[in-house]
Amino acid sequence: MLDNNDTIAAISTPPGEGGISVIRISGANAFAVADHVFLGRTKLCEAPSHTAHFGKIVDEQGGLVDEVVVVTFRAPGSYTCEDVVEISCHGGYLVTQRVLERSLSAGARLAEPGEFTKRAFLNGRLDLSQAEAVADLIQSQSDAAYRSSVRQLSGELSRKIKGVRDELLNLASLLELELDFSEEDVEFANRKALQTRLEDAIMTVDELLASYSVGRVYREGVRVTIAGKPNAGKSSLLNAILGDNRAIVSEIPGTTRDTISERVSIKGVLFRLTDTAGLRETVDKIEREGVERAKKEAKEADILLLVMDLSEHDYNGTEPLYSELEDVCAREGVKLVRVWNKVDLYRTEAPRVPQNGYIFYVSALHGDGIDSLKNGLFNLVLGENLNESSVVVTNARHRDALSRARKSLGYALETLESGKSGEFVALDLRSGLNALGEITGEITTEDILNNIFSRFCIGK
Amino acid sequence: MNEGKYDIIVIGAGHAGIEAALSAARMDCQVLLMTMDIAAIGRMSCNPAIGGTAKGNLVREIDALGGEMAKIADATGIQFRMLNKSKGPAVWSPRAQNDREAYSVEARRHVESQANLHIMQDMVVQLFTEGGEVAGVETAAGIRIPCKAVVISSGTFLNGVMHTGLKSRIGGRFNEPPAIGLTASLEKLGFVSGRLKTGTPPRVDRRSIDFSQLEEQPGDQDPEPFSFQTLEVTKDQVSCFLTYTNQRTHDMLRTGFDKSPMFTGLIKGIGPRYCPSIEDKIVRFADKGRHQIFLEPEGRDTNVVYVNGFSTSLPAEIQCEAMKTVPGLEHVEMLRPGYAVEYDFFPPHQVKLTLETHLVGGLFFAGQINGTSGYEEAAGQGIVAGINAALRVKGENPFVLSRAEAYIGVLIDDLVNKGTDEPYRMFTSRAEYRLMLRQDNADRRLMKYGRKYGLIPSDVYDSLLEKERYVETLSSYVDAKSVPPAAVNSYLEQVGSAPITENEKLSQLVKRQDVSLSDLLKLEYFRSDSLPMEAAARADVVRQVEIETKYAGYMARQFEEIERFEKFESMQIPDGFDFRRVKSLSTEATEKLNKVKPSSIGQASRISGVSPADISVLMVYLH
Repeated sequence: MLDNNDTIAAISTPPGEGGISVIRISGANAFAVADHVFLGRTKLCEAPSHTAHFGKIVDEQGGLVDEVVVVTFRAPGSYTCEDVVEISCHGGYLVTQRVLERSLSAGARLAEPGEFTKRAFLNGRLDLSQAEAVADLIQSQSDAAYRSSVRQLSGELSRKIKGVRDELLNLASLLELELDFSEEDVEFANRKALQTRLEDAIMTVDELLASYSVGRVYREGVRVTIAGKPNAGKSSLLNAILGDNRAIVSEIPGTTRDTISERVSIKGVLFRLTDTAGLRETVDKIEREGVERAKKEAKEADILLLVMDLSEHDYNGTEPLYSELEDVCAREGVKLVRVWNKVDLYRTEAPRVPQNGYIFYVSALHGDGIDSLKNGLFNLVLGENLNESSVVVTNARHRDALSRARKSLGYALETLESGKSGEFVALDLRSGLNALGEITGEITTEDILNNIFSRFCIGK
Repeated sequence: MNEGKYDIIVIGAGHAGIEAALSAARMDCQVLLMTMDIAAIGRMSCNPAIGGTAKGNLVREIDALGGEMAKIADATGIQFRMLNKSKGPAVWSPRAQNDREAYSVEARRHVESQANLHIMQDMVVQLFTEGGEVAGVETAAGIRIPCKAVVISSGTFLNGVMHTGLKSRIGGRFNEPPAIGLTASLEKLGFVSGRLKTGTPPRVDRRSIDFSQLEEQPGDQDPEPFSFQTLEVTKDQVSCFLTYTNQRTHDMLRTGFDKSPMFTGLIKGIGPRYCPSIEDKIVRFADKGRHQIFLEPEGRDTNVVYVNGFSTSLPAEIQCEAMKTVPGLEHVEMLRPGYAVEYDFFPPHQVKLTLETHLVGGLFFAGQINGTSGYEEAAGQGIVAGINAALRVKGENPFVLSRAEAYIGVLIDDLVNKGTDEPYRMFTSRAEYRLMLRQDNADRRLMKYGRKYGLIPSDVYDSLLEKERYVETLSSYVDAKSVPPAAVNSYLEQVGSAPITENEKLSQLVKRQDVSLSDLLKLEYFRSDSLPMEAAARADVVRQVEIETKYAGYMARQFEEIERFEKFESMQIPDGFDFRRVKSLSTEATEKLNKVKPSSIGQASRISGVSPADISVLMVYLH
């Protein structure tokens, strides 16, 4: 249910790839929420209206999430006529979600679809003739949100959340059975068993939450090491991948003076590309050092991009450099991607489809095959994370619901452990169910009663 | 009967009709109570018992509003129990076994001694309207009686049909004819009716039961009355007895399945899942080897015993033979068989939260006609319908109880917004604010309304105010008082609670699991202290303070929810608002909203098929 007094936050730019994204926070506590997550030269609550501030969004441990520009709007001089803070961060799905998520954990509530516009209307910012337009907007955005959440909830994640919900529904039924049907000749659940089951359910919720907030990919991006011989075109490949999307490019000192890290967003996923460029030694030594450096970097990477001159195509695999890197990748669980560069020199056009495994043909100079490579990198990371290895919660709305559910279930467990009567446990269990219901669909009293009547013979 | 002098006509003198008629008459309206049989006023059709889980709370609420059920139950109870006493206070519920005949006689006495209340024995066959409003009724005897408002509380009588085996008879209750004509008259006005079913078990002769082998279930040592106005109920109580069916019983019952009106499809109406017939139980839970049966005496001076748990519509001889396989009933003599009854109801989306119908101004429905089951559910609606009928006649603002203040509010809100496809019964789990809607505080929640409408005498209300003052005094004492270890440690040890090493707040001690405030206050230390003695001496006051202190954290969370809830309840939707005007609403929401016609945003949000987005759209539109 909507509440008109609290502080809300949401991503205000369209979903998808963009140079920057804007997270808007609106409500009485907008400045306090923003100050909680933003580190800049001035405290925002002291900043005048309509001013821009450069600074950092930091996580709970003080680690950098993104460098941002924040703009302040004091009530009533804002879109919603409330205090508003707009955070412009680097575009890209995960960075944006992360900034939003920080705002939520700092006390904002995720805005409902169309809620900013609704507040603008309710606060007199829009005139009555616009009511219909606002209403249309709410409905259409809600439909879109619904469709997108349904889409996102396919597969394993959906099964997992539904599993928790069904288990909580069963627990709620067992509690209610004892309260409403104490005179019946049915077996009541023992407390210890209920507690174990609730603990298991909480553990699953914790796992789901962890998949959102702790996932390395989401916090740190995907680490990619580019390796290869000096003349293979590593630097030009790096530049080609960065291309026009150099929105997030900044130089960060690497582990050695000679290593350069660049950040790039591919379809919203942050990639940190480390290039072992800058070596100016004799050929033999270069090779030797190159291998050592690449091996060292590879150990800490998620992906190793092995760049090779297409002229080597005929004798690939025999080079000690390549086989040693393959060994390292296999041992460390690093994904090896082979990139044959300079196709422009040898062919008129790059073969765009990898033949087998992770092999790409590109012309770093002309840009041929770069898109295909970027797609490949994205799929390599996200494709697996979402479908195979584990269940990952990526949507801030879901995370918001899960974390409220977690809080309520924590209360419920505490009550259960203290030995209090079932109705006190049920109070928070029901809140937890309602929170999960925002993802999976509402659970009503009727569902709980149906569950009881279908499982227990009631009828004194 | 005196034609032309009635404001309100109440049709049906069951548990709903009695409360409706009494409350309207007490609000200075001239009321005519129509019954097909004066001797049947307040008759208990089924179970000779009042209250039970959640139902006991309803009875207390009716009492706090100034209704009669609690008093009648107190006067005629033969066994009193507080259910769920081992659990938290929110789910305690009083229940009584009642003397069936005495209950009806007592109810009739209350009705007959009420000023402004007139009784007439006849059947209403038609309702007259004028300009969409109630104008009067016509009886089977051809008498036309004008009036300003009508409350229909017809129970199971509208086109009632009873089934035992393949034999069906028309009738609303054992040996009583059905009410014919009224359903058709209402349908002609545009109302939609449906069909429900309920059942009742056989009655047996006490002298034929061998109690020696049965488990006895006595009443409470210290019985508590239902009514806040009853000082004491009888301690001379009668016991119930518990026995069980077995495989032989089930085999015997199965031999009658080919003559079961349920299984052969003769019965079309939907019955309640929480009160299934015995044949239903053995089919749906085939692996359950036994089902419990409570043998409940129907009174002190009667041999009739009610076989609770054995509701059935199988052929009479099968019922009797099956009972004979049950321990204690080997030689049982059946006084009358159980039966199922089908009757008309009017799906409750057709009424407002005041129980007035949308279609006809001044026409109210209460009780089973709205799809409920149970005396308490009926009576709860009866008093709300009666008060609102009187308020309408007087041209005053209507009376609606919210979900956050009463089970009666939950009941009516559920009926109106969610509808029901089986006879609706109250459960504590239906109330989201259960911790607040306790049987012990119904007076503190609702008596102000009873007083406001003149249904609660001023002396009764004054004693509530006095109680409130005591609660406040004791409550601040408990909050402020700091207790030294020496004063309480021996008590704490005694109840198995950890001793304290330094001064501790009394309120903190009360929050402990095994600690009781009333025990603490009896300790020497508090006697010699500045303890507010008058407050501490009242058990009901101590109980209130104890509950509110012990569960303060939970109640605070619940209270936050209530505040959120009330904000949306207070956002009004104008009467007669056409939801089709809001084009952005989903088609389903528009249809449901126009059907239920909610009066607030909060109510709209509880209608199934109306999404949060629809609610936002409505709020934008109505702002």
